[in-house]
Amino acid sequence: MIDIKDLHKSYKVGKNSLHVLKGINFSVEEGELVSIMGSSGSGKSTLLNILGMLDEADEGSYTLDGVPIKNLNEKLAAQYRNKFLGFIFQSFNLINYKSALDNVALPLYYQGVKRSERMERSMAYLEKVGLADWATHKPNELSGGQKQRVAIARALASDPKVLLADELTGALDSKTSYEIMDLIQQINDEGRTILVVTHEEDIAQMTKRIVNLKDGVIIDDKKVTQVRAIENV
Amino acid sequence: MFSLERWQEVFETISKNKLRTFLTGFSIASGIFILVILLGVSVGFQNGVEKQFQNDAENIINIYPGETSISYKGFNKGRRIQLKNEDYALATTDPNQELEFSSPTYQIFAGLISYQNESGSYRVEGVLPDYQFLEKAELIEGRFINANDISSKEKYVVIGNRVKKDLFKDEAPIGKYIKVSGLNFKVIGVFTDPGGDREESRIYVPISTAQIVFGAGTDIRSMGFTLPKVDNFDEALRQSKAYTAGLERKLKTKLQIDAKDESALFISNNIENTKEIYVLISAMRIFFWGVGLATLLAGIIGVSNIMLIIVKERTKEIGIRKALGAKPLSIIGMILHESVFVTAMSGLIGLIFALVLFEVVGPYIESDFIRNPSVDFNIAISTLVVLIAAGAIAGFFPAWRGARIKPIDALRDE
Repeated sequence: MIDIKDLHKSYKVGKNSLHVLKGINFSVEEGELVSIMGSSGSGKSTLLNILGMLDEADEGSYTLDGVPIKNLNEKLAAQYRNKFLGFIFQSFNLINYKSALDNVALPLYYQGVKRSERMERSMAYLEKVGLADWATHKPNELSGGQKQRVAIARALASDPKVLLADELTGALDSKTSYEIMDLIQQINDEGRTILVVTHEEDIAQMTKRIVNLKDGVIIDDKKVTQVRAIENV
Repeated sequence: MFSLERWQEVFETISKNKLRTFLTGFSIASGIFILVILLGVSVGFQNGVEKQFQNDAENIINIYPGETSISYKGFNKGRRIQLKNEDYALATTDPNQELEFSSPTYQIFAGLISYQNESGSYRVEGVLPDYQFLEKAELIEGRFINANDISSKEKYVVIGNRVKKDLFKDEAPIGKYIKVSGLNFKVIGVFTDPGGDREESRIYVPISTAQIVFGAGTDIRSMGFTLPKVDNFDEALRQSKAYTAGLERKLKTKLQIDAKDESALFISNNIENTKEIYVLISAMRIFFWGVGLATLLAGIIGVSNIMLIIVKERTKEIGIRKALGAKPLSIIGMILHESVFVTAMSGLIGLIFALVLFEVVGPYIESDFIRNPSVDFNIAISTLVVLIAAGAIAGFFPAWRGARIKPIDALRDE
């Protein structure tokens, strides 16, 4: 599903160049649930940004579902993001003045899906994350866990190939975190490929594979026995 | 680009940010209001000026006699010039220039006119049938003087509407007799004149009759002509000037006036005045448009500024939208659409306010130079076009900036 070869990325900081990613080789099969771990500055966010086509690598190749991701213009990048990827953020990034349902429907709007169908499909996803009753509520009327569920529903709405989650439990208490991870595991069980960036060991243990990043290189990449989140709730 | 889906998005954004929308709209509404008011006033100004200067045919040429200021061929200066029928005949028989209308006049300025118990002092003008068109007089009732009346020296009179109101009140005047300097004249018509009361408090009689009644012999006081209309204004002006120059030469020779004498014969050429008036009117119009557009420009800059702030405020939202698959063009479309919609709607409100104001107050404004300021359909349409353009301009730079927001920067957690 994801295939990365010899990926390099550096940033210019003043006159100096900061080499963040120093040759990453990495691939993800369909249906995997992978966590990318590393302390801050390890380059895990940069890697996620490149995977999410929010940023572009200096060197190396990136193939997503057989499509080479290279030299994208903004329009094409937007199109690919919409088609291939679903984003889940630490700070949820919901649009404040839109209801939960409208937030979920947004990716479908950009796909050009008609309003009635959009609402129907979004409602189904809200139901899936257990928030059907909260459809008309604005984000500021929801708890952190509920917000993240809306964000997950939104990420799923466009039926993407891969879900990219950046510290998705970072702003939540542990109980809520495990509930969210339970949801993520259920979605993965249905066969969806999911990448989770985290620095929390317990969260990483709930995935099926842990990739450890340090100073821009992968130091460790191993399959683990998945801890079911439901058991810890 | 302007799909139903986009409209729903724009309505949602606008309705959820009412104060912001109101503030944005207010500056545009006031800008358009001022622009339309100015344009309306410029129309009023035009109406006023036209009214002042266009009581008579636009292309009328009038000739009045004066006193000589240069002694010539043994005549002393200070000689009073008297025009006669033969001078009129000479002036109107030019083989090279056909005339549209022409008439000499003989008038007394304060003739005593009475009907039964009512009486008043009015100007009595002896004229030819063509004079109706030189004066732009329009008949409300009856007919004007005709060629027959002239040749048989009928004691017929055509009275102005003011005279009719003064003397006849509600009575029908046609066929009645009024006394002019003690003689009975039969009323054959009533006229109205764009010159208003001043020109409607006159009465017209056949010039042949007037010359006999007032003992003038063959004297005339002035003569007026118009040349056939030409579409091209410059051509009309050129013809008119050539004709008056020739006429002046001919008359001065006949009346034995020095060619350089400026005060013996006055020739006024309305078409030259007309040109000046139109230049003045168009200059005023340009000025009003300029001031109005400058005001509007200030409004546009205001809106642009507010939209920029809005874009800044919505940076995160735009980043989210982009991460979810919004293309740069759709961001530009969204912001432009909002901007055009807000400017167009609020501009429309300003326009309507201005129109209502003119509708209510306009008819009461009637000073010498401003009459019935109003806004016609064309002005309304052009301001609407200006509005749409204004919205597009105001929204463009903010939209451009919005499109260039990088989702990675917008979404970075602070």
